[in-house]
Amino acid sequence: MTDPVTDPVTDLVLLLLTAFAVWTGWRVFRVDSMVRASFSLMLSFMAVGAIGLLLSAPYIGIATVFMMAVEMMVMAIFMVMFMMNPAGLNPMMMVHQHGVSIAAGLAAFLGLGTAILLSAPPSDPVPPQARVVAQLGHELLGPSMLIFETAGVTLLATMVGAVILSSRQGRHGAADEGSRPPGLTAGGAPAGRTPGEEGGPGHHHHHGGHG
Amino acid sequence: MTLTIVLLGAAALIGLGLYGALSQQSFVMLMMGLELMLNGALLATIGFWALALGGMPEGQLLAIIVMAVMAVEMAIGFALIVAVYRKRQADMTESLGTLKH
Repeated sequence: MTDPVTDPVTDLVLLLLTAFAVWTGWRVFRVDSMVRASFSLMLSFMAVGAIGLLLSAPYIGIATVFMMAVEMMVMAIFMVMFMMNPAGLNPMMMVHQHGVSIAAGLAAFLGLGTAILLSAPPSDPVPPQARVVAQLGHELLGPSMLIFETAGVTLLATMVGAVILSSRQGRHGAADEGSRPPGLTAGGAPAGRTPGEEGGPGHHHHHGGHG
Repeated sequence: MTLTIVLLGAAALIGLGLYGALSQQSFVMLMMGLELMLNGALLATIGFWALALGGMPEGQLLAIIVMAVMAVEMAIGFALIVAVYRKRQADMTESLGTLKH
C-alpha cells in the first residue's frame, strides 16, 4: 500500500472532502438566501474538484474549480435577478411535494449505496508515473476526436439556442408580435393569454411552503 | 475503501440533487438540484477512473462530457427561465400550468 491513492492520510482527506461536498450540497436547500445557496453549491463543486486533484486527475479537478467558480457567479447574478429575498433576511422555504421528494432522494441514495456496498469494484488505481494529462490530450485529439468535436458543436448549438430563447426581439420586431394562440373550439376565443397582456396566471410567492 | 467512500459521497449528492429537483418551486433552485446530481455523477466518474480503471483516458473523457452537459444544462436552463419570465412574469413552477388545461 505505498500507492499515494490508497495511503491512509489521503483516505482521511478524501473522506473529509467528500463529507464537505455532501454537507455543502445539503446546505444548498437549507440556507435562507439563494445567493448563499449558489455559493454553497460552488463549495460542493470545489470539494469535488479537490477530490479530482487528490485522485490524480489534475486537469479535471482544476477545470472543475475554474468552471464552477465562473458558473456559480453567473448563477448568483440570476439569483439576484429572480429572487425576492436576496439578502436572506427572512426564512426561505419554497417547496412542493416535500414528502415525496425526501422519499425519492432517500430511495436514490439508499439504492445506490446498497449497490455500492454489495458490489466489489475492481481495484486498479492509476499508476503513479502515468502522464494523465498528456494521455487525455492524446485521447481527445486522437481516438475520441469525434466525441470531442460533437461536444464542441453541441456547445455551439447551446449558445445559439440560449440567445434565441432569451432574446426579446425576433428578426423582424417583437418575437410574439401578431401571434395569436388558436382557440379551443373553431372560431372560439384564443386559448391562454394573448400577447401583450401582462402578468401571468398568478405570480405567487409562497413563503413557508407546504411542508 | 477509498472508492467506496467516494462512491457513497456521489450517491449522497445524487440523492440530494434529486430531492432538490423534485421539491423546489423556484426554477433557479430546481436547476441547482440538477447541477447537484451532475456533481455526483462527476464525482463517481472521477472515482471510478482513478481507482478502478487503471487510468484509461476514456474515463477522463467521460468527466469532460459530464462537464459539457453541465454547461449546456446551465445555459439552456437560464435561457428558458428568462423566456418564461418574459412571457409570464413567472419564476415558480406552479405558475406554468397552461398545458394542463
